[in-house]
Amino acid sequence: MFSQYWDILFTFAKAFAVGGLICMIAQIVINFTDLTSGKILVIFMLAGVVLQGLGLYQYLVDFAGAGATVPISGFGYLLANGAIRGAQKGLFGAFTGALSAASAGVSAAVIFSFIMAMIFKAKSKKN
Amino acid sequence: MTGKNRENYNANYIAYVNSFDPPTHHLKNCLRAFLVGGFVCTIGQFLRYILEAAGLYGDELAGTVSVILIFLGCLLTGLGVYDRIGRNAGAGSIVPITGFANSVCSPAMEFKTEGLVYGMAAKMFIVAGPIIVYGVLAGTIVGIIYLFL
Repeated sequence: MFSQYWDILFTFAKAFAVGGLICMIAQIVINFTDLTSGKILVIFMLAGVVLQGLGLYQYLVDFAGAGATVPISGFGYLLANGAIRGAQKGLFGAFTGALSAASAGVSAAVIFSFIMAMIFKAKSKKN
Repeated sequence: MTGKNRENYNANYIAYVNSFDPPTHHLKNCLRAFLVGGFVCTIGQFLRYILEAAGLYGDELAGTVSVILIFLGCLLTGLGVYDRIGRNAGAGSIVPITGFANSVCSPAMEFKTEGLVYGMAAKMFIVAGPIIVYGVLAGTIVGIIYLFL
C-alpha cells in the first residue's frame, strides 16, 4: 500500500528530472550559440527522430514517461515511431505513418490557436 | 560586441563597449530551464495518471495528454501569461510541447490584423512550419529505411 505511493512519486521525479534535463541541454545550447528558438525546436525534434530511428528514444520513454514525450524531441519520437509502424504494413504505411502519428498534436495546435486568435488580441511585446 | 566591422575598432573601445553588456547568468538560466521544463513534464505525467485512471491507453492516452498540454499552451499564450513565463524560463518554456503551441498561437494572434487568410492562417506556421516540414521528411526517411530492413 505504502510502496505504491512511493512508486507514483518516483515516476513523477523521473519525469521531472528527464524533462528538466532535456530543457537544460537546450538552454546550454542557447547560451553558447546564437540559435533562435525555431532552430532549437527543429534540432531537438530531429534528434528525437534520429534517436528513435536507432531505437534508442524508446528506452527513455519507458524510463521517464511524460518526461521524454512532452519535450519537442518526443514529437520527433512520435513521427519516427509512426513511420516505423507504418513501414511494417508496406510502402503506403511508411509514407503516411509519420504525419498520421503526429496528427493529434498538429490538429490541436491549429484548432486551439485559431480559437485563441479569435478571442484574444495580441498584447504589445514591451511590458 | 559583435558585428561585421569589428576589426575596425580599437581593442580598448571593444572592451569598453562589452563592459556594458548585461552578463549572461549561465547557471541561473540553466536552473530555471530545468525547473520550468521539469514542471511542465510533471504536469504531463499527472495528466497521464488521471487519463489512465479514466480508461485511456496506448496512442489515445499519449495523444490526449499532448492535446491538453497544447490547449493549455494556447490558452496561456492568449492570456499573455506564456510570454511572461518565457522571459524568465528560456528553453524551459520553448522545448516542451506547450512551447510548440505557443509558437503556433503567438503569430496567429499577432498577424490577425493582416487578414484571416494571408495574415493569421499563413503566418500561423512561421515557426512551427519548419518543424513539421523537417519532421515529416526525417520521419518518412526513417520509414523508408525500415521498409527495406
